[in-house]
Amino acid sequence: MSQDPKCHDFQLGAKKALDDERLQTLLGRTLENGFQKKRLQGMSRLPEYEQLRDQARDLKDHVLDHLDMYLARFEAEVTKAGGQVHWARDAAEARDIILDICIKAEAKTVSKGKSMIAEEIGLNDHLIANAITPIETDLGEYIIQLRDEPPSHIIAPAFHISKEQVAETFKDSHTHLDPDRDLSEPTTLLNEARGELREKFLRADVGITGANILVAETGTAMIVTNEGNGDLTQDLPPVHIALTSIEKVVPTLEDATLILRLLARTATGQEQSVYNTFFTGAKRPTDIDGPDEYHVVLLDNGRSELLGSEFRDILRCIRCGACINHCPVYGVTSGHAYGWVYPGPMGSVLTPHFVGIEEAHLLPGASTFCGRCEEVCPVRIPLPQLLRNWRVRAFEKGLSGGAQRLGLGVWAALARRPWLYRLTMNFAIAALGMLARGKGSFKRLLGAGGWTKTRDLPAPQGGTFQSRYAKGER
Amino acid sequence: MNDTPPQKPRVGLFITCLVDLMRPSIGFAALRLLARAGAEVVVPDQQTCCGQPAYNSGDTKNARALAKDVIEAFADFDHVVVPSGSCGGMIAHHYVKLFADDETWRAKAEDLAARTFELTTYLVDHLDLNDTGAVFDGSATYHDSCAGLRELGVKKQPRHLLATVDGLTLNELEESEACCGFGGLFSIKYPDVSGAIVDKKAVRVEAAKSDVLLGGDLGCLMNMAGKLKRRGSKVRVFHIAEVLANMTDGPAIGEATLETAGQDRDA
Repeated sequence: MSQDPKCHDFQLGAKKALDDERLQTLLGRTLENGFQKKRLQGMSRLPEYEQLRDQARDLKDHVLDHLDMYLARFEAEVTKAGGQVHWARDAAEARDIILDICIKAEAKTVSKGKSMIAEEIGLNDHLIANAITPIETDLGEYIIQLRDEPPSHIIAPAFHISKEQVAETFKDSHTHLDPDRDLSEPTTLLNEARGELREKFLRADVGITGANILVAETGTAMIVTNEGNGDLTQDLPPVHIALTSIEKVVPTLEDATLILRLLARTATGQEQSVYNTFFTGAKRPTDIDGPDEYHVVLLDNGRSELLGSEFRDILRCIRCGACINHCPVYGVTSGHAYGWVYPGPMGSVLTPHFVGIEEAHLLPGASTFCGRCEEVCPVRIPLPQLLRNWRVRAFEKGLSGGAQRLGLGVWAALARRPWLYRLTMNFAIAALGMLARGKGSFKRLLGAGGWTKTRDLPAPQGGTFQSRYAKGER
Repeated sequence: MNDTPPQKPRVGLFITCLVDLMRPSIGFAALRLLARAGAEVVVPDQQTCCGQPAYNSGDTKNARALAKDVIEAFADFDHVVVPSGSCGGMIAHHYVKLFADDETWRAKAEDLAARTFELTTYLVDHLDLNDTGAVFDGSATYHDSCAGLRELGVKKQPRHLLATVDGLTLNELEESEACCGFGGLFSIKYPDVSGAIVDKKAVRVEAAKSDVLLGGDLGCLMNMAGKLKRRGSKVRVFHIAEVLANMTDGPAIGEATLETAGQDRDA
């Protein structure tokens, strides 16, 4: 997967998505009629849901206040359990650490559980460039790997691909199977993928997973999956690498259960994901299975910088995807338009930090500030405010464009002088009224092309309120 | 409630720039409703814009300057009422954040925030208005605008008031809390995306099979009215205050004036 950001092309990507009827159908099915409804059902079965959100917010804030302490404890416990923790300052360091481990293990193939951090650091490309074959084992990730596409959603990476397209992809890729086989049923697709992957699980030299939560008191890392592929990736190969980021740590196992009660419910409406897999260290002499070697790669990649910034709250994010599922913008553009790894509201906060606001300034702008993301966030991240903070930075750097800057300046200069404002506006509104010639709205209007491109512009009713009020109208 | 008749609150009406410029009837409707509910209303002539376009564009300097003007223009009122959840939210919710590092102005902003209310909220929650005396012969559907809903808790109040309108049937809009895609300057900076979001909204409005679409924010209403018009829909669009104040005789938002109505249809 290429990690070159294409965020500056947001509008182009969005247009492409809007013109794609098939994608629009999949968006409606997956979000409004899928994740959104399921979340509501999940919440309705948990009366203390709102209290849990407060607790989770406070828990994550507490961890962020004492991050160094909990990470040090986590490392000590992992070491005690026979594992090794590697600290990666940035994406390049993380890639090199993982490559080193793979080379030492003489790895030819690596099985991979679903990991957004692996996307963030561009791991697959790096492995391939060094003659190591990564095999995605999450069904969605497997499909997009075959199609050489980036994920379009952090928890449903291939939702944008229809089952007919998956069937085509499988026929193109699994050439050793009967080309005339029937792949019209989702279960057939699933079974075929399972058959292909089972062999690869067994042959993999190294397994790489992410981690949803790290537990400081025990040195345990855990992942949630619905397919069980994480277990096989973590368990079967002789070497297991858990690739994760520093903000995922919580103090105790009990704290981990708090996050787990919220995570799946908010994401998919499930009470729990099908598999909650905990792993602590390497295989012990008395264990019947598990990896001989166990590594945890802890990625910073600018997160400690976020900790001291006006974007700190985003570090509470547990990657449930709810803000994405409920965003009206994502709901029509899907994920690829955002041009990098993380889409939707959480992505538009994170991406400018990773790729630079110069590249990504259109993303914080791509929000109506409707506030639904904040409303559904299980850890109460004030996403609109964080997006606004990026707009402030973009404005300070002059990235929002001269025309907008000038427009805002002129508007403010007028609005600060009520007499001049009234004089100008009375004239402008009268002129617009004349142009409208009683038709009530404009199909086109010079200077309002952005508006009239997709809808009519209602014309002013006639006279300003203030002028009519001053004349005694009530 | 006290036994002594309460003194009439002195209310400053923040008219909002959109209502001032695009649809004054909403302002007059607000005046009538507030008077009916027993408030003494003044419209300060030193008001213009709440500063939201600057604020949401990251232009903090201009946003602060405009906020200070509003704070000063409304310093002497018991309450400030706004016929918009968006501008109301800006004043009641965001001004304080603009002055996080300025104690004097933050105190003034907090004081104003505590006195500022969205129109329908104020009528119901503070003036106990239970009888508008309005008549509307037809069916209506209602869009919950985002800022009012999520920043100011506007949800039950408009429905409470609509229930007092004689002859009006309310058909709830599916996904009434989904954004209409307006977003202020977003609507012109991201025309395709905004257009696609409001198209989804328009489809749902049409599915509600109602004569009129109502809402509490002129920006959203202009967006939805413009899209409905572009789609050739017959649904008429009014601000809720216009219905509550019996001011629906004239053209709806984006509708031709009567004299040219025929001409518009032929055009």
